[in-house]
Amino acid sequence: MIWIVFATMTGAAVLAFLWPLAAKRNAASRLEIETNLYHAELGDIDRDVKRGLMTEADAQAAKAEAARRLLAATAVEPAQAGPRGVKFASLAVILIVPILTVGLYLRLGAPDYADMPLQARLQAQPANMDMAAALARIEGHLAQEPDDARGWEIMAQVYTRLERPGDAAKAYRNLIRLQGASPDLLMALGQSLVFADQGRVNEEALAAFQKALAAQPSRLEPRFYLALAAEQQGDKTTALEGYAKLLADAPADAPFVPMVRERIAKLGGEAPAAAAPAAPSPGAAIAAMPPAERETMIRGMVEGLAARLAANGGSLEEWSRLVRAYTVLREPEKARLALGEARRALGANAPAMAALEALANELGLGG
Amino acid sequence: MITEIGHYALVLALALAMVQSTAPLWGVWRGDVALMATARPVAVAQFLLIALSFAALTHAYLISDFSLLNVVENSHSAKPLIYKISGVWGNHEGSMLLWVLILALFGALVALGSRAMPVDLAAATLAVQAWVGAAFLFFILLTSNPFLRLAQPPIEGRDLNPILQDLGLAIHPPLLYLGYVGFSITFSFAAAALICGRIDASWARFVRPWTLLAWIFLTLGIAMGSYWAYYTLGWGGFWFWDPVENASLMPWLAGTALLHTAAVMEKRDALKIWTIFLAILAFSLSLLGTFLVRSGVLTSVHAFANDPARGVFILAILVFFIGGSLALFAWRASRLRQGGIFAPVSREGALVLNNLLLTTCCATVFVGTLYPLALESMTGEKISVGAPFFNLTFGPLFVPIMLVMPLGQMLAWKRGDLLGAAQRLMVALAVGFAVALIFGALRGGPVLSIVGVAIAAYLVVGSFVEVYGRIAARGVTLGGAISRAMGLPRSAWGTAFAHAGIGVTLFGLAATGWGVELVQTIKPGDQIALGPYQLVVGDIVKRPGSNFDATVAPMEVRSGGVVVATVNPAKRFYPARQMPTTEAGIATLGLGQVYVSLSQQNPDGSLDANLYWKPFVTLIWIGTLLMALGGGLSLSDRRLRIGVARRARTPAAQPAE
Repeated sequence: MIWIVFATMTGAAVLAFLWPLAAKRNAASRLEIETNLYHAELGDIDRDVKRGLMTEADAQAAKAEAARRLLAATAVEPAQAGPRGVKFASLAVILIVPILTVGLYLRLGAPDYADMPLQARLQAQPANMDMAAALARIEGHLAQEPDDARGWEIMAQVYTRLERPGDAAKAYRNLIRLQGASPDLLMALGQSLVFADQGRVNEEALAAFQKALAAQPSRLEPRFYLALAAEQQGDKTTALEGYAKLLADAPADAPFVPMVRERIAKLGGEAPAAAAPAAPSPGAAIAAMPPAERETMIRGMVEGLAARLAANGGSLEEWSRLVRAYTVLREPEKARLALGEARRALGANAPAMAALEALANELGLGG
Repeated sequence: MITEIGHYALVLALALAMVQSTAPLWGVWRGDVALMATARPVAVAQFLLIALSFAALTHAYLISDFSLLNVVENSHSAKPLIYKISGVWGNHEGSMLLWVLILALFGALVALGSRAMPVDLAAATLAVQAWVGAAFLFFILLTSNPFLRLAQPPIEGRDLNPILQDLGLAIHPPLLYLGYVGFSITFSFAAAALICGRIDASWARFVRPWTLLAWIFLTLGIAMGSYWAYYTLGWGGFWFWDPVENASLMPWLAGTALLHTAAVMEKRDALKIWTIFLAILAFSLSLLGTFLVRSGVLTSVHAFANDPARGVFILAILVFFIGGSLALFAWRASRLRQGGIFAPVSREGALVLNNLLLTTCCATVFVGTLYPLALESMTGEKISVGAPFFNLTFGPLFVPIMLVMPLGQMLAWKRGDLLGAAQRLMVALAVGFAVALIFGALRGGPVLSIVGVAIAAYLVVGSFVEVYGRIAARGVTLGGAISRAMGLPRSAWGTAFAHAGIGVTLFGLAATGWGVELVQTIKPGDQIALGPYQLVVGDIVKRPGSNFDATVAPMEVRSGGVVVATVNPAKRFYPARQMPTTEAGIATLGLGQVYVSLSQQNPDGSLDANLYWKPFVTLIWIGTLLMALGGGLSLSDRRLRIGVARRARTPAAQPAE
């Protein structure tokens, strides 16, 4: 269907060229044009004399000048040639225009790709719907009926998986509003807020963790975040105390144990040895190194990541990690280079490009 | 499907542009009238195809089709309709498409309006126009294609840069492009004259409307851009000698010079080669402007490396057209015959002086704009050439232009009477001195401002002295004078209005010296004295917009206790781009303006604000409107121009003409 339209357009375009070749109209000759101009000039001079804008003597001078010009302009008359090259030109245009157009268009265009109006995408059958449209539809539904707890529950999980912690936090807030503040929901809200705020425990998150702990004192994770909050507020003693107590109370294989050790090492405290059978995570091991060695180690890892990404490409997360790593190492030039590489590697992926722009703004790397 | 039809139409337009750039020229070469005649319908078809393509892209914006990368990057479904439309050209790809659309539109207009033109001149002109078109269509399709599609369309776009979400974007770029691209027509005419090896008064007659049209649009485009910057950027300034602005000022200066030499050529058949050269220069500077703005050279020399393909491509276009046309000029200009001669003191002589001064101004701006860029790319050293440089160089060069301007209008063609002309200007000089005395006594203040308004008054009065002399000769009754005024050629009125417009703009510029500026923290209930007015701050409120949130600080402007106006300065926040913008609150009182812009909100709820009283500031833009009106009057005068050589006369026997 679309090729019929294309063919019609091409045909019309070629006809625009062929039409004047077929029509045997004689264009006005140069002599005619100049003579017409001369007569028009004489008319204008006479009109100016009548209106009193020009004296008779001036008019005579002007007319003489116009006549001089006519003589000069018509001294050269271009030679007229026969219609020899016309056939050749027509043939060339008939061949070249379609070949050139179709050839270039096939390289650039997507002839089978239909238009995708936003309205139609949002109203499509669920089975045919793309992920983005489906999300938008549920969001629209929840905006209309904000008391649909089941909807918020699904969205909370989807947002978390899509790494949109800010939106996830919003979903958890609604769930707490509808289902009451259970420790699980409070924890989930707090963690989403911490992720959304780049690892900072803000006031709302702190309140959520405190409430979760009050509702279920045996819970361990809230205590980690409370200690982390104390650390971020500069209260080293409380933080160290909290971490140490947490380690003492936690089973040795609890998933957060390596993280807690890392924090303690960073604060310069001694981790209680009693509960340390688990192999330290690489992160903790690096954290425990002397600063100079640690920096060399980190640099080595970053260079490794950079080399791998340059050779094989990678995901948005990996590129973002590299850019962040360079920023942390105070190498903004390299960070900027990495950002540029990431843009080239992910150029076709619009959401990833948006994420990269956000990252660049956040790190102050600019355009 | 509509999107892909638009894409195909654009490719097809490129193919047609290539046909249009070769077949008619071949016809000119062989003297084959049939081949020359193909240029006209092909030019029209090329325009229709590009218009179709542009309409398809606009359609994609209107239906928020986020399968187009360009729509995703620059639109948002919640954006108001007008900005969905203006967003089409509010980005690199779309603005280039608008560029070629206007280029093709002018080509089609030449094609349709060229019946009276020698067929070889029309064919060569359209062919050269198609060369430019083909180059830019190639550029768009290969490096800046707005029709690229995404396999995974997102559900929402990234919105248009909030600073661009303004009525200014809907108006300013199209006007400016109409100006820039308009000079492509005069360029094509010049190149065609060189190719045909023939140039005469009738050539000037065909070119005049295009030069005027381009000049009017460029004037309005620059003025609109400056007013837009004035009210959106919130600095209260309207011209920053920024390279982007200079890029539009240079073709304007060259174009103004061209306008005046073309008049000499049409009337007196003189200055032909210089006219051709100016036509080439005006368009070359337009291309240079496009290059500076579009390649990324300007934001930083290093940004060039981010997208080498685009910068290098435009640079290649630039080198090809400027180099090519200058080579053509060097090769063929000697074949053009020189025309009429004139005495140094004559209308022609005055116009030569005008040209010398204007081109010198243009060269000054050129150096001030490009030298820092060149220096940075060579040595990496960053220098900033700003207002001080231009005020010291451009200002002193422009003052003589303004002083001589009314004098030039007084001189007769071929040989004029300098003393007589100067005597007739005594009135204007007297008015200038009177204005200086009045403003000096009433306002005092900077000497430059007083000198400025004096020159401005002299210029406004001087611009009309010649017209007055022609309608109010001795012994003419009022009724007779009116009928004489009606009978005057509209181009005479055009000259007077355009020249007076420069005076009016100068008046507004000079009056900035009497402005008042305050930086202050404001809170509800505050009373602030600002020049002749008092401002009373109302409650600071939040108002949500369609795709932004605004904090508004309404204020009453009082004069002697009476409320004369209200202003609503606001800060806006656009969540899609996470960007704040400033909306200045402006009240026009008489010819001046009260201008308030908010800079930031303090934790205690108060706001930091910049407050200005700018007397006579609107005259800056009213003057440009007068210039454009003058251009329009001159454009509407289709009369043929024939110069009348007259013997110099004594001022006592003044001619009634």
